Amino acid sequence: MKIVVTVKQVPDPNAPQGLDPDNTIARDREVVLDPGDECGIEIGLQLKEAHGGEVVLVSMGPEKARDAIRKGLSMGADRGILITDGQLAGADALLTARALAAAIGPESADLVICATESYDGSTGMVPPMLAELLGVPQLTFAKHVEVADGTVTVHRQTEAGYQVVQAATPGLITVTAGIAEPRYASLKGIMAARSKEVRVVTAADLGVERGEAAETVEGIADAESRAAGEVVEDDGTIGVEKIIGVLQAAKVI
Amino acid sequence: MAKILVYAEQTEGRPASTALELLTKARELGDVAAVALGPGAREAAGPLGRHGAARVLVNEDAVFAEYLAEPATDCLAALVGAESPDLVLFAFSADSREVAGRLAARLGTGLISNAMDVEARDGGFAAKVPYFGGAKVATYRANARPAIVLVRPKSFEAGESGGDGEVVEVAAGAGDGSKRARIVETKTEAADKVKLEDARVVVSGGRGLGGPENFHYVEELADALGGAAGASRAVVDAGWVPYAMQVGQTGKTVRPGVYIAAGISGAMQHTVGMKGSKVIVAINKDPDAPILKMADLGVVGDALKILPKLTEAVRAKRGS
Repeated sequence: MKIVVTVKQVPDPNAPQGLDPDNTIARDREVVLDPGDECGIEIGLQLKEAHGGEVVLVSMGPEKARDAIRKGLSMGADRGILITDGQLAGADALLTARALAAAIGPESADLVICATESYDGSTGMVPPMLAELLGVPQLTFAKHVEVADGTVTVHRQTEAGYQVVQAATPGLITVTAGIAEPRYASLKGIMAARSKEVRVVTAADLGVERGEAAETVEGIADAESRAAGEVVEDDGTIGVEKIIGVLQAAKVI
Repeated sequence: MAKILVYAEQTEGRPASTALELLTKARELGDVAAVALGPGAREAAGPLGRHGAARVLVNEDAVFAEYLAEPATDCLAALVGAESPDLVLFAFSADSREVAGRLAARLGTGLISNAMDVEARDGGFAAKVPYFGGAKVATYRANARPAIVLVRPKSFEAGESGGDGEVVEVAAGAGDGSKRARIVETKTEAADKVKLEDARVVVSGGRGLGGPENFHYVEELADALGGAAGASRAVVDAGWVPYAMQVGQTGKTVRPGVYIAAGISGAMQHTVGMKGSKVIVAINKDPDAPILKMADLGVVGDALKILPKLTEAVRAKRGS
């Protein structure tokens, strides 16, 4: 069974955030493999352990994104493909999906695994676009996944519970963060990752051209922010007293 | 006049609240047709028409309820061809974003997602999108036609137009090749509680509570206040509570009278889903937590000590 997992390098969600004066996200921050993608890699590795085959990681980003692939390889994935090209910097969701589809298509994977959404963008638009461009069904929001006899079954999280969704492979699934606890890379895994292949491809290699973007930025302004109110230090009683006061003023009690 | 298609999610004849919100806005922007698909679509056409759809394009084929995303994408792609809309609006919801994503890729147009407002602009459209987690607002002008925009729930208040919509049967247009991701079973596990989006008071917990074994403090206070309990993405991802409780960009958007955030630092992923609350109370041990900078009342202290005392005090007040 061949499995492709898409991975993304994102600003460390646990580090403070900053914007450069031109309103682009400060690039000097710590970057990490998206924690959601670690869950995707974990599921890919579990499926490989159960069914045999290969786990390939595909990422698009600057040269530094190689570190994110390397981390996944040290967890146990077999090889990586890094799409890196100045032409693709700041790509929107559709251009990203096109580049990923061009890199993933020739792999003829049985299963493509994506996180439901990235930690930084959190809009979750790339997976359905990628599924469409690859011509495969999408089984989304999976909190549980099984593959047997050419059929993939997921438990798709919903507001009220979950749906059991099935499709024949090949298919694309998106996984939620709760699906599995990602494993730690062992020292052996880290050593082994050093000799695993990471193939670097450009937009030209993939035959992807940057067309007109779907949108043009007209401007960026400060959001209407809420002014800070009163801040009190709790001494064992004042916290509760103050909150009760607020609840009474709001006529909740 | 601009032509607008609104993809109106409906379940067994009940339109999603987001569909009514989108229609209320769309009718300010142009000539509106709603698209309602699956069993119940005709019944849903009533309220959709009353909220601003001059026409409601319906198809009741069960295929739309049985298979994820692809049949609806086929139908919408055909309607975009037939109607040549200038704008197609979707809710930024789990189901709609999957259809919108496939549609935008098929049409090659791209899309603008996570919008909080849509405006007419020189014959086209622009959308306002929270940027940098909500501290900034970016205005994007859509270049493609149709422009495809996904709008966050509760961005607009739904209101009836006083008009009525004409119901038009359309072809399902779903190819057999799209009958792939089949919903074989639906399981309900939600409890019979106050709905998070409708609650007058929401008490949410975050990582500062220390562990899932302490989350009951949040639920007890919510119960005492007759409200609902919510959570940050961090604790949902950690598996403490189900996703249905998540408040934030990828969870629910809430606008209660009072929002109490306990042990939540205030990452923008979270605040974008609750900053419309009338009054915000934050309890956090860290005096530098960003949530304290947006709260009407910030209490620097240990939520684990404060919550039980607060619950007791609320019970005493409400009991008397």
